[in-house]
Amino acid sequence: MIDFSLITPELFLVGAAFVVLVGDLFLPKDGKQGLALVSALALVLFIIISISFADAKGSLYNGLVLVDSYTIFFRILFPLISLSVVLMSVDFVPQRLRYPGEYYSLILFATLAMIAMAEAGEIITAYISLELLNFCLYVLVSYARDNPKSNEAGLKYIVLSSFASALLLYGFSFLYGIAGTTYYYGIAQSLSQAGGLNGGLIMALVLITAGLGFKVAAVPFHMWTPDVYEGAPMPVTAFIAVASKAAGFALLLRFFSTALAPIAAEWGIVIAIIAAMSMTVGNLVAIQQRNMMRLLAYSSIAQVGYLLIGLAALNSFTASAVLLHIAGYGVSNLVAFMCATAYFNLTGKDEIRDYAGLAERSPLLALSMAIGLFSLAGLPFFAGFITKFYLFTAAADSGLLWLVAVAVINSLISLYYYIQVVRQMYISQPQEMNRLPIPRLTVGTLVVLLAAVILIGIYPAPVLSAVETAVQVLGLS
Amino acid sequence: MALPSTWDRAIKWTALATGFGCLLLSLYQFLVFEPSASGYQLVESYQWLPQIGISLHLGIDGISSPMFLLTGIVIFAAVLISWKISYRTKDYFVLLFFLVSGVYGVFASLDLFFLFFFYELAVIPMYPLIGIWGSSSDFGTFARTKEYSALKLTIYLVAGSVPVWLAIIAMYVESGVNSFDILLLQEVSFSNEFQNIFFPFILIGFGILAGLWPFHTWSPDGHVAAPTAVSMLHAGVLMKLGAYGIIRVGMLLLPQGTITWMPLLITLATVNVVYGAISALGQKDLKYVIGYSSVSHMGYVLMGMATLVPIGLSGAVLQMFSHGIMTALFFSLVGVIYDQAHTREIAVFGGLAKRMGVVAAFFAVAGLTSLGLPGFSGFVAEFLVFVAAFQTYPLFGVLGVIGAAITAVYILRLMATVFFGPLQERWSQMHDASFVEGVGMAILVFTLVFVGLYPNSVMTVINSGIGPLLQRFSTVVGAG
Repeated sequence: MIDFSLITPELFLVGAAFVVLVGDLFLPKDGKQGLALVSALALVLFIIISISFADAKGSLYNGLVLVDSYTIFFRILFPLISLSVVLMSVDFVPQRLRYPGEYYSLILFATLAMIAMAEAGEIITAYISLELLNFCLYVLVSYARDNPKSNEAGLKYIVLSSFASALLLYGFSFLYGIAGTTYYYGIAQSLSQAGGLNGGLIMALVLITAGLGFKVAAVPFHMWTPDVYEGAPMPVTAFIAVASKAAGFALLLRFFSTALAPIAAEWGIVIAIIAAMSMTVGNLVAIQQRNMMRLLAYSSIAQVGYLLIGLAALNSFTASAVLLHIAGYGVSNLVAFMCATAYFNLTGKDEIRDYAGLAERSPLLALSMAIGLFSLAGLPFFAGFITKFYLFTAAADSGLLWLVAVAVINSLISLYYYIQVVRQMYISQPQEMNRLPIPRLTVGTLVVLLAAVILIGIYPAPVLSAVETAVQVLGLS
Repeated sequence: MALPSTWDRAIKWTALATGFGCLLLSLYQFLVFEPSASGYQLVESYQWLPQIGISLHLGIDGISSPMFLLTGIVIFAAVLISWKISYRTKDYFVLLFFLVSGVYGVFASLDLFFLFFFYELAVIPMYPLIGIWGSSSDFGTFARTKEYSALKLTIYLVAGSVPVWLAIIAMYVESGVNSFDILLLQEVSFSNEFQNIFFPFILIGFGILAGLWPFHTWSPDGHVAAPTAVSMLHAGVLMKLGAYGIIRVGMLLLPQGTITWMPLLITLATVNVVYGAISALGQKDLKYVIGYSSVSHMGYVLMGMATLVPIGLSGAVLQMFSHGIMTALFFSLVGVIYDQAHTREIAVFGGLAKRMGVVAAFFAVAGLTSLGLPGFSGFVAEFLVFVAAFQTYPLFGVLGVIGAAITAVYILRLMATVFFGPLQERWSQMHDASFVEGVGMAILVFTLVFVGLYPNSVMTVINSGIGPLLQRFSTVVGAG
């Protein structure tokens, strides 16, 4: 007997996505923007339902889907990110995109896919969830139909992403061949009996690492990132940078800590090298960027490097550090994207030098952007400082002091290019002097996000205990 | 901060009240501080992140207490000096107080995480403060824009935090007590090897902030570009954070490492003294002279610390205090002159004393303190440092005294050119410091003279802080 109460929130979300999709057919042309409100409400309701069903835990379909505290953590985190993205889109979509109905329903479907990635307990389920997310993103990236950059980005993304998916699937098939099962716990059992790495397993791991590395944009699988970030509609970029990346880590973390637990330590060195490369390449190339979206793209590659540190030495300390940093990084990045989107809506510009004198034209936008970037750089008072400190401490505690040294030096490099943006906003003289009228919704969202950045920055204890509960079920030492 | 930005006067009065509050509270803690009691006083402790043993643990001892007082005096004077700021006033004062809260935080933290937290907090506001309100300098072949200086300063200081961060994490991991609390970490005896590896991390990291040669180059550039009040705070207080960090984190937690690396520190410190003084000699810009003199004087602080004998250490702490006040005075005086003359080139000035009597007199006080004339606080401090240096490393002691002699040359020459001699036509319109500025500077002058004549007021407090520190070394020597 299947206990459907376990997946009530997901069922609700599917329903909501279809309501938005179908509602689009019946609404008059000028009423379609109301769909944003419906989607936002759906996400809020989803969070409420998730919390009220928080006690329903167990596994479904013989362990294909695992509903535990880890799942519940992401059931709250992902809709919050999607909600910010929806709010970001409210002013953006009517100006630049057509067909709002499909747009919002795709975001809801993508949210569903991400949650499924976090709760998958079996590799085929994980793969299908990942593909569902990818399909939503393929469409969303090329959503600006009349913008050639968006089309180019969409095409690049489809070609490269399907290639990566193929690699991943190939890797999974090797893994199935070795373990004889597709369940995470079954794989773990047979791997621990086999004992250590062997040729076939290495093959599988290389392919899986490449496939998932593409998803989270780790060096050397990062080449698609800047073009897609620049070309995609801005709220979609925010969605890819924050949500889809977090989902990639949600999958990676569960997969590594359960299925690959017996060999995680041996494979750790490969992850550590990828981490070091991601941080260094991401940060160094970011210095060269002149476009805000490309800057954020490379900065996100660097951030992935930091997150991978936690994966390189997997234990409960580093796992909770990774989740904490995902939360901190996510909220800081959302602030930055929110500002960039608002500025783009008002002026149509997204080069860094176009931000000159923003502090005079809109103090709130400039301050928020500065806080977002400073938080990404890891300066105190903001979320990024404590989450990074915690992550690095956890990694050093697990014996990766050399990698921490690389990371700390990289933090310094990153400060340089973040400060260049701050310099434009605060020190350079503006080209135009008019004040920018910031829509009230943007102001409200920004204030809430900033409050989150500062709250995590000065009082992270509640988030940390939530994170620790979430990783308990992973069974790490 | 909630005030509308158009209420210029209201903002300034609020800032003044806050500054005065800082001064009063600093004075209060200094007066209630009980030198005879051992350990830390006025301790407050809150759990913050118990999972990894971070707690907000605050308290003061004989070393941080005078530093608190110093910060209080300097910020109050700095607010008074900033009275003329008229561009984005609110942002300016908000950032200024952010800076100061970071500084207070570092001096009060007994937890490594928070010490580091506040340290970084003190560094961030520097960038906008210099970038927006600073001034560029241009000497034809040698130009420094304020953006350049602001960026250089920020990058250097954050670079300094890199090794400190690593060392803090390493200590946390190595200790195994699952705590960042300094008092708990103090109980742990790290292996000699560990101490010898990680002490240089602390030394260089905090040394960058303290202006340690050869990492000092950010300091003159930064100080020159910064607006007056920020130079005062920066040279006066922030550089002390570096020296304080070496004492609090390096010496206290890694005594064996300290002993191993002290010969290096004293060598570098002596280079600081002499190099800073010689560079000051060659400068054409008033503020650069003061900037390099800061580098030189911080050398005395580091030298005193490196001797590891009681009088050297107390001399070093006293020098931190005295130099903080003195250099703040210098920068405020230069600021007053620059506001009217719009140039700082020494050669074009002459005979200003005829128009600016008070400024000239105050400058004389600062100058005489700087070259260590008896009766001012600088004398006591430098004297102690020299005595300690002669006891331990006579050669460096001699070099230190030579440095002091060079200081006398550039200070006296500076005074002679700028304030005395015939008054040039160009400057006949200059007038003296305003009343508000005068009050600010008078407080600084009063402190210098008071401490100079009655050093015991500060010395007893400092000595109570030095005692426990020295015990750390004796236990190491005894055990090793």
